[in-house]
Amino acid sequence: MSHSTVSGGARGGGIGAFVRDERAPALPAPAATIGGFGWLRANLFSTPFNALLTLATVALALLIIPPLVRFLIIDAVWEGADRDACLVSEARPVVGACWAFARDRLAYFVYGSFPIPERWRVDVFFVFLALSIIWILRIDAPRRDLAAWNFFVVLPSVSIVLLSGAKLIGLAPVDTTLWGGVLVTIVVASVGIVVSLPLGVLLALGRRSTMPAVRLVCTLFIEIVRGVPLITVLFMASVMLPLFVPPVWTPDKLIRALVGIALFASAYMAEVVRAGLQAVARGQYEAAAAVGLGYWQLMRFIVLPQALRVTIPNIVNSYIALFKDTTLVFIVGIFDLLKTIEVARADPQWATPVTSTTGYAIAAIFYLTFCYMMTRYAMRVERRLGVGLGR
Amino acid sequence: MNRVLTLLGIAGAAILITSASIAQTLNTVKTRGSLSCGANGQLPGFGLPDAQGNWKGFDVDYCRALAAAVFDDPNKVKFVALTAKDRFTALQSGDVDVLVRNTTWTSSRDTQLGLNATGVNYFDGQGFMVRKALKVNSALELNDAAICVQQGTTTELNLGDYFRANRMRFKTVTFASVDEALAAYDSGRCDAYTTDASGLYGVRLKLAKPDDHIVLPEIISKEPLSPFVRHGDDQWFDIVKWAHFALVNAEELAISKANVDEQIKSINPEIKRLLGAEGNFGEQLGLTKDWVYRMVKHLGNYGEIFERNIGQGSPLKITRGLNSLWTKGGLQYGMPLR
Repeated sequence: MSHSTVSGGARGGGIGAFVRDERAPALPAPAATIGGFGWLRANLFSTPFNALLTLATVALALLIIPPLVRFLIIDAVWEGADRDACLVSEARPVVGACWAFARDRLAYFVYGSFPIPERWRVDVFFVFLALSIIWILRIDAPRRDLAAWNFFVVLPSVSIVLLSGAKLIGLAPVDTTLWGGVLVTIVVASVGIVVSLPLGVLLALGRRSTMPAVRLVCTLFIEIVRGVPLITVLFMASVMLPLFVPPVWTPDKLIRALVGIALFASAYMAEVVRAGLQAVARGQYEAAAAVGLGYWQLMRFIVLPQALRVTIPNIVNSYIALFKDTTLVFIVGIFDLLKTIEVARADPQWATPVTSTTGYAIAAIFYLTFCYMMTRYAMRVERRLGVGLGR
Repeated sequence: MNRVLTLLGIAGAAILITSASIAQTLNTVKTRGSLSCGANGQLPGFGLPDAQGNWKGFDVDYCRALAAAVFDDPNKVKFVALTAKDRFTALQSGDVDVLVRNTTWTSSRDTQLGLNATGVNYFDGQGFMVRKALKVNSALELNDAAICVQQGTTTELNLGDYFRANRMRFKTVTFASVDEALAAYDSGRCDAYTTDASGLYGVRLKLAKPDDHIVLPEIISKEPLSPFVRHGDDQWFDIVKWAHFALVNAEELAISKANVDEQIKSINPEIKRLLGAEGNFGEQLGLTKDWVYRMVKHLGNYGEIFERNIGQGSPLKITRGLNSLWTKGGLQYGMPLR
């Protein structure tokens, strides 16, 4: 913005030369560099290649977004009692998403076959879980020391009693075969997420241990579990286990799947954490040893805080993958959200050409929302801890 | 060495417990307080949870009938959704007491898999769906047609057999999933769509204009669907087998959900025997005298179960066809109770 402040008046070079002693008023920046136009030029059209990319993106967006909006909102059917509402008719030549179907089946998507008079228990569970998550995740929440106890001890035990029931306090037992929909998805994902981090840290430490037996066991566990597809683990747990043990010993189907998923996620988490452990400089270990810290103190105060900090993006990545992998439990006949949608779309009461698409749109929106929330939280934590600033 | 022996002992005991509990299915069911039933969770009309999460369907009602016979309560059933892949393992391992999941009765399943088919509750077979506008009334008129079919199924093989046997030319258009095959048919890429007839009625509703399509009368393959139980428990095998015969007999004798309370006072000895007013046929099975009364009271006879789930009382509107009573030109024939 600086323009020359000296401009020649009389260039005679004599005594009477005119010297301007005040700044000339700044000229406005060239029109091409300011305002919306300038921003566009600087960011979107700075080079021919960049311009090409911009145009391609715009074209792609125009190709995708308007039909999507038209299908999901403008042409969508919002009211209706059965399939007739979502069929092409003279009054409605184009039919978009059949939200009437979603409204009719919403309760089924959320609770599955959970007995209707007992569904308040699921609601209480959802609220309790949400509050507990907020309590433990928000940095400015009060008494965060208690939040961890609440999350890892109180919440799981209360939830088990609440959801499966206890005759002692007058809650009717609800068989896990009746659980379904979002409830199952959330239960499976939370158990996987909560168990996999601590177990993964232990496995990672075990794999780097100097004790051969511990190292061997941890390495074997990680490699075997990681080398087997999740579907196989679930299938084994669900179908093969009852062949080997008498029916009385056979645990509940959902518990079998939960254990399978938790172990599977832990093996992956162990490798993520191990990468973080290796990123901590050797000097840190030596310095900690030099000031006399024992193994667990060294890990707890020096190594793990640094290791976990650098692995946040990878941990969240694993969590997101896990959250979506929970859909695989449908293989063993457990009705998670995706399976309830699959079931509902098969129902002749709502069978129309758009029913399946609508169902999958609901699933997409659900998973997208939850994964996006996880990503946002991870980004906030990263900013606060300043990951990557020093590296 | 001792430890090894102990382990072997435990394993042996476990095997004994397993086989013992498999042989006593009725007792296991009674002790558990509910019947564990392997069902299809995704086949409209046969096994599918509704908006409230209650299982509904033709096969589902067979499970409920068994529960009604044992407990006098059709709701004492735990449904286990099984896929085509894991259904037999689930039955073999004792995870379910009975498998009622539109399963075709074949010799290898009846022998090699260690299972018993108990009796055909639905005679299915492969059929064709075409556009009405095509003005085709028989599958034999489908020469040179393009036919949409799901890949890698017996359906695809049967199709080839049928056309070759009738010296007709055809073009298959195969797809990995039912949905894709159906969408292709709907968009006009094929003249006909083929799958099991019971499925045709269900998928027809997914088309843009279901009324523009008809299901042709020809059935080109045999798919007798039957409930299955494990080998080695004849009592349970008898119960499941006779539950079906009893339901068919009830229809033949015109005993329905609505009139069963009057019919039990009937003077017809056949009705008296069936409903348990005379004789102890239920007790011979290990159940109560009134076991058939319970089933019909809660669920109705064979015809009622059929019409409610897949027949005229349902969106599928499947005609009885082969599944009519033998007295009406069909194949459903209940063995006599005496």
